[in-house]
Amino acid sequence: MGPWPYLAAGWILLVALYGLVTSRNLIHAIGCLAVAQSSTYVLLLSVGYRRGGTAPVFSDLRPGSRPVVDPVVQALALTDVVVGATVTALLLALTIQLRKRHGTVDPQALTGLRG
Amino acid sequence: MNTPLVAVAIGFVTVCATIAVLTREPVRQAVVLAAMGLGLSVLFAVLQAPDVALSQLAVGTALTPLLILLTVRKVSRRSTAGSRPGAGGADRDDGTGR
Amino acid sequence: MSARARLLMFAAAAIVIGVFYGVASAETPSFGRASHPYGDRAVAASLAHRTANVVSSVNFDIRAFDTLGEESILFGTVLGATLLLRLARDERRRPAASERVLPTTRLFGVIWLPVALVVGVYIVAHGQLSPGGGFQGGVVLATALHLGYIAADYRVLEKVRPLAVLDVADSLAAGAFTAMGLAGLAAAGAFLKNVLPLGTFNEITSGGTVPLLNAAVGVEVASGVIVLLAHFLDQAVEITGNDEPEEAR
Repeated sequence: MGPWPYLAAGWILLVALYGLVTSRNLIHAIGCLAVAQSSTYVLLLSVGYRRGGTAPVFSDLRPGSRPVVDPVVQALALTDVVVGATVTALLLALTIQLRKRHGTVDPQALTGLRG
Repeated sequence: MNTPLVAVAIGFVTVCATIAVLTREPVRQAVVLAAMGLGLSVLFAVLQAPDVALSQLAVGTALTPLLILLTVRKVSRRSTAGSRPGAGGADRDDGTGR
Repeated sequence: MSARARLLMFAAAAIVIGVFYGVASAETPSFGRASHPYGDRAVAASLAHRTANVVSSVNFDIRAFDTLGEESILFGTVLGATLLLRLARDERRRPAASERVLPTTRLFGVIWLPVALVVGVYIVAHGQLSPGGGFQGGVVLATALHLGYIAADYRVLEKVRPLAVLDVADSLAAGAFTAMGLAGLAAAGAFLKNVLPLGTFNEITSGGTVPLLNAAVGVEVASGVIVLLAHFLDQAVEITGNDEPEEAR
């Protein structure tokens, strides 16, 4: 497939950044950030893929009988999926606070800091 | 044999990501994000990463959209009922000025 | 900055990123190639430590220190969200009313809640053998508990999730990870070294410290996500500010 999986990950990142830049609603912006995060998973797992390889789990596989895909990048993506979701939750909590204190969720209406 | 599946899954995820970004309304975006989470977990499964697929399935299709929907409910509660004059950017002054 | 200027700046940056990324992608080793030096070494190291699931071995044995960092981020975000979403002075808590639920929905919840909880525990406990582990199992456990909300109502959910206990469990699990690391330091001279007996390959007790660290992370993720969801649900269901209209129920 050539470099297409990598380019797809790049496209997802760029389109998510576009959404972040033009967003008029912080909740939408946080959704875009989640999309940008998932582009890294696509890139990492594409880099680690091996044609004809199977999952790096040996509970039902004799070691050495088949090639396996790269487990290191999977471990990196795995922890980040869960931790990324909790970071999303923290950002959403900040949005709720912002709505309470400033009455808006539009980043462009937040012109300056108010006490 | 696996490569066409990978191509289809990557295509689906890319299209979903684009739609998710262009959907400006958070509730609809949450639905698109859930579909994208499902697509991502299928993609991870065909890329032979069952561990990541499992956590993406639980997080991407359930947790993140749920958190977004709850936040929307909390945030929009005041503005939907806010038929008061000046309900919008500057209406906090009557709340904090006490 | 105006919206137009911002868009122009983004376009310039996007072109630069796009060009460099495209060139880098063309030079990256191709998709699906046969040579994965790091992967092969990780597989060998995992088999040497008799851990069947190499991904768990990478997470909780070879790169356990990195996972400690990730886990600390998780702990920090739960703490931060708890602080941000606490009951403010100008807000009050209105208990949720009990609601009528369709009998079929209730049956669905009663049947699937225990099944989902068992699946969650299974995924955590077999992390060193089959796909799964503390991170995935923790999320499954946390979301499974919320079947109680679907099957009954919010008051039932509040009864089955003792938040004070979960807060403590979250901190204890985060501390347990570090404590196991210190145990490795004391026993073998290296932080988070796998000091326990490695057991038999493909048994539930295999992998030395991997199952224990898995369990600690499982408890932490499960209690952390339940606490997070609890605060969001409280905000959406029960807590109202003084200037918010009462909702008709």
